[in-house]
Amino acid sequence: MKSIGAASVAAMTLAVALSGPARADDLTLCWAAWDPANALVELSKDFEAQSGNTMHFEFVPWPNFADRMLNELNSGGKLCDLMIGDSQWIGGAAENGHYVKLNDFFDAEGIKMDDFIDATVVGYSEWPKNTPNYWALPAFGDVVGWTYRKDWFERPELQAAFKEKYGRALEAPKTFAELKDIGEFFQNREIDGKTVYGASIYTERGSEGITMGAMDVLYSFGFQYQNPEKPYDMEGFVNSPGAVAGLEYYKALYDCCTPPGSSNGYMSEGIDAFKSGQVAMQMNFAFTWPGFENDAMVGNGKTGYFVNPAGPDGAQFAQLGGQGISVVSYSSKKDAALAYIKWFAQPEVQAKWWKMGGYSCLKSVTLDPSFPSSQPYAQTFLDSMAIVKDFWAEPSYATLLQDTQRRFHDYVIAGNGTAQDALDGLVHDWTETFEDDGKL
Amino acid sequence: MSFSVTEPTRIEKWVAGVLVVVYAVVTLLPLIWIIGTGFKSPSDAIAYPPKVVFDPTLEGYVNLFTSRARLTPDALEELGPPETWYDRITRQYDMVITGPSLYGERFLNSVFIGFGSTFLSVFLGTLAAYAFSRFKVPLKDDLMFFILSTRMMPPIAVAIPIFLMFRQLGLSDTHLGMILLYTAVNLSLSVWLLKGFIDEIPVEYEEAALIDGYTRFQAFYKVVLPQATTGIASTAIFCLIFAWNEYAFAVLLTSGTAQTAPPFIPTIIGVGKDWPAVAAGATLFLLPVMVFTILLRKHLLRGITFGAVRK
Amino acid sequence: MTDKTTDRTPAAARLGREITTPLGRGIKGLSDRAVAWIFIAPTIFLLLAVNIFPLIWTIRLSLTNYRANRTNAEVDWVGLRNYERILTDPDIWNSMQATAHFLVWTLSLQVLIGFSLAYLINKKFKGNDLWTTIIVLPMMLSPAVVGNFWTFLYQPQIGLFNYVVGFLSGVDPSSFSMIGDVALAPWAIVIVDTWMWTPFVMLICLAGLRSIPDSIYEAAECDRASAWRQFWTITLPMALPFLMLAVLFRGIENFKMFDLVVQLTGGGPGSVTELTSINLKREAFEKWRTGYASAYGVILFVTVFGLASIYVKALNKVKER
Repeated sequence: MKSIGAASVAAMTLAVALSGPARADDLTLCWAAWDPANALVELSKDFEAQSGNTMHFEFVPWPNFADRMLNELNSGGKLCDLMIGDSQWIGGAAENGHYVKLNDFFDAEGIKMDDFIDATVVGYSEWPKNTPNYWALPAFGDVVGWTYRKDWFERPELQAAFKEKYGRALEAPKTFAELKDIGEFFQNREIDGKTVYGASIYTERGSEGITMGAMDVLYSFGFQYQNPEKPYDMEGFVNSPGAVAGLEYYKALYDCCTPPGSSNGYMSEGIDAFKSGQVAMQMNFAFTWPGFENDAMVGNGKTGYFVNPAGPDGAQFAQLGGQGISVVSYSSKKDAALAYIKWFAQPEVQAKWWKMGGYSCLKSVTLDPSFPSSQPYAQTFLDSMAIVKDFWAEPSYATLLQDTQRRFHDYVIAGNGTAQDALDGLVHDWTETFEDDGKL
Repeated sequence: MSFSVTEPTRIEKWVAGVLVVVYAVVTLLPLIWIIGTGFKSPSDAIAYPPKVVFDPTLEGYVNLFTSRARLTPDALEELGPPETWYDRITRQYDMVITGPSLYGERFLNSVFIGFGSTFLSVFLGTLAAYAFSRFKVPLKDDLMFFILSTRMMPPIAVAIPIFLMFRQLGLSDTHLGMILLYTAVNLSLSVWLLKGFIDEIPVEYEEAALIDGYTRFQAFYKVVLPQATTGIASTAIFCLIFAWNEYAFAVLLTSGTAQTAPPFIPTIIGVGKDWPAVAAGATLFLLPVMVFTILLRKHLLRGITFGAVRK
Repeated sequence: MTDKTTDRTPAAARLGREITTPLGRGIKGLSDRAVAWIFIAPTIFLLLAVNIFPLIWTIRLSLTNYRANRTNAEVDWVGLRNYERILTDPDIWNSMQATAHFLVWTLSLQVLIGFSLAYLINKKFKGNDLWTTIIVLPMMLSPAVVGNFWTFLYQPQIGLFNYVVGFLSGVDPSSFSMIGDVALAPWAIVIVDTWMWTPFVMLICLAGLRSIPDSIYEAAECDRASAWRQFWTITLPMALPFLMLAVLFRGIENFKMFDLVVQLTGGGPGSVTELTSINLKREAFEKWRTGYASAYGVILFVTVFGLASIYVKALNKVKER
């Protein structure tokens, strides 16, 4: 590895900006190991050709991603120059100086945050939230939504059987109550000689799986992280009657409608269950959708998409996923890393990014009139992005998350206690954490 | 037939033999299953009922060593026909190989850190063991016990300050840091084992050498070491196996550059539920240890009990 | 030392013969004392740096509210508050219970099966060496890698374990999930640990059985003691110190258990298999409550050290008999 003086870095950045191939650098980009990452490798070849820099990639599978990368940041490691870190890391990464603040860079390069989908700017870039302090460029928009087996839903015999039982047509659910009916309808049903099941949902214990899944449901049932009037006041918001009903619903859904042995599943288990024809519906982040379109088993029109259904009172929200791209402050090649972000932010690159399966957050891409029809899932993605909520992005997010994981898994999967106990316990845990942080 | 405890009857032997063989076969099943799964196709691997007879394929190994990207049919058309056997395997799934996976790198890290720390801990351990065996060292018993007690700490608890120390010294995720750490952890084993081996070498040889005018170093180097080679070799293998298998420190103190295979292999499954690739990675990683175990069988007991029990 | 003899004095007392001082003096080169220190110093230094210094640091940290992921934050002394919080935290007692369940069952099963196997192998049937080597294989392998693969064997329906159990018992192999079911998960980890480590107990027991001189049995024969009686009065008591040594080693190892279980269940479902080490890892490296986790580590170390010391005393008593 080369170390270069600051002057030559500056000169090099200039050269990159002006003419392309210049002094070459080895840049390492860290992200999760998933389909979009492979697409980014392809996309980045243009950057390599233009800049002469060599890109290395360190991709870690989701279940280990946060653990490994936060450990890397907290140990002041130099492995990653660029980090596409999860949205909730922003608070900690900003306050502890892991990421480089990008405001000056954005101003200098004419990159405007207004050009990106508002929810992604708040979600991926800002800390403190809703202030113009930017620590990342929105890189990959993502949100929890649902896929369903359109080909099964369209079978006349199934439609008839469903209509007879529930008195309505078998179609993508609009509410969570409907979703559960459909799940029950498909559970243990024989289709083409195979036993199939209702739905695949998030239940993973180790990282963030069950929290993402349950929160995705709880929001629409009335769960709120805190009193909108009074920050960190959680009693009656986190454990509101609606939130309790939502968590009870999630457990009921797990008990009634999931395949056997789905006690510890997250994104890749969901993909697996859906692609293998095991389930009729699947909860998963939008990033998985491009992979279904050309799949031999579920591709070619067999898969449909729907936005996270509404809760009992009609409220409708969805769990935000996705990430922004940041420059790691421990990197010795910050300028080359910034050059990458500058390149990545260009509208043409973003358009190509969307074409390759990357969910661009740039408005010029998503607001393009041809966008909704560009892919079968494009409209669902847009609709979902309009109703997102995200988990805490506090510096203590990992503590808050681990407590949630334990409380939810204990109740939903292990069946200990009641939903009220779980959420009361959560208020207790979270309060303790905020007290430790001096915020309460 | 005369009854004797010291020589069991033929029936006794037979019954004992059958029971032990049954246990051995059952205990071996999971290992056979790992090796077998490595040669299955992904769909055979998750077939119900589990497949005992299957068409062997190298898909798992190809997937283990490569990273692949899915292409649209048009793009595949453009590429032309696959050129190599491994290209052919990936093309079945509309995928192309985009480069090597990280497995090779992680495996080499394991080799490098394993051998490096083994060399150091055996080197230092031999010196210390010789001194403990041959010289009057004040507080010898206490020192020996202190060396052993370092093994009682839960690794996660030790990892907290080591994490901070490595961060301060810039040793996080470096080969040097891991080698030093594993050396320290293995020292207790190597000192205790080697002391036992050196104790068994009669002192008279050295005395003779010293009378012949050898220095202490020469006596150690030319007389003791050659006689201790078997002991040193088996100690080295034990240290190597420990460093090879270690997980807790590796998962907490490395993230990429110096990450060894044990924290890496379980993450293979997170990418795409590709059990054959996991099994292939596990097989390649476990096989060397299986071979070592068979080579070591005479000294096994001694190694696993820190020399407390010798056969 | 001849084959099949076993040294029965406490390990620490079994020191080699020291070279008599008159000879040691007067030889060329450095004095023995200097050589001894040169030889020992690097080892002691490294162990101090990587073990004792961290231990002291841990104790220091345990009295603060330090968080390793907040390098800019102020660090306060909090006295014994971390200890107080840990000892009154029900979650930690939950982990302690899970660890106790794991310890008791793995040790019992491994002693029972390991001793039985050793007893059978000691019947010296043809090829017993070969089979012993085969049986020993699992314990030498990487627990993390093997544990990870066991999650596959435990899959409902397609997993080998579920299939075999289903085949033998007639239960539907997709009807139970070893690592997903609260009632089964504690047993899932016990089964894998027993699979891996029974050979360890077996090897040590085998050494114990082989150390019993034939002459004792022959004397018993003369007294017409039954085989049953011989087992209880000769075999078991004579092998007991070995058995206890095996329990000591396994006990310490399983008290620290991390890699195998974290890969198998990750502590779930809920937190039924969240052993202390896993719990500690979450506190230290996921929640980054460094001070709190340090106190936790100190408590664990004191516990294991205390239990081990008491146990070693008992072991020495048994040996003396």
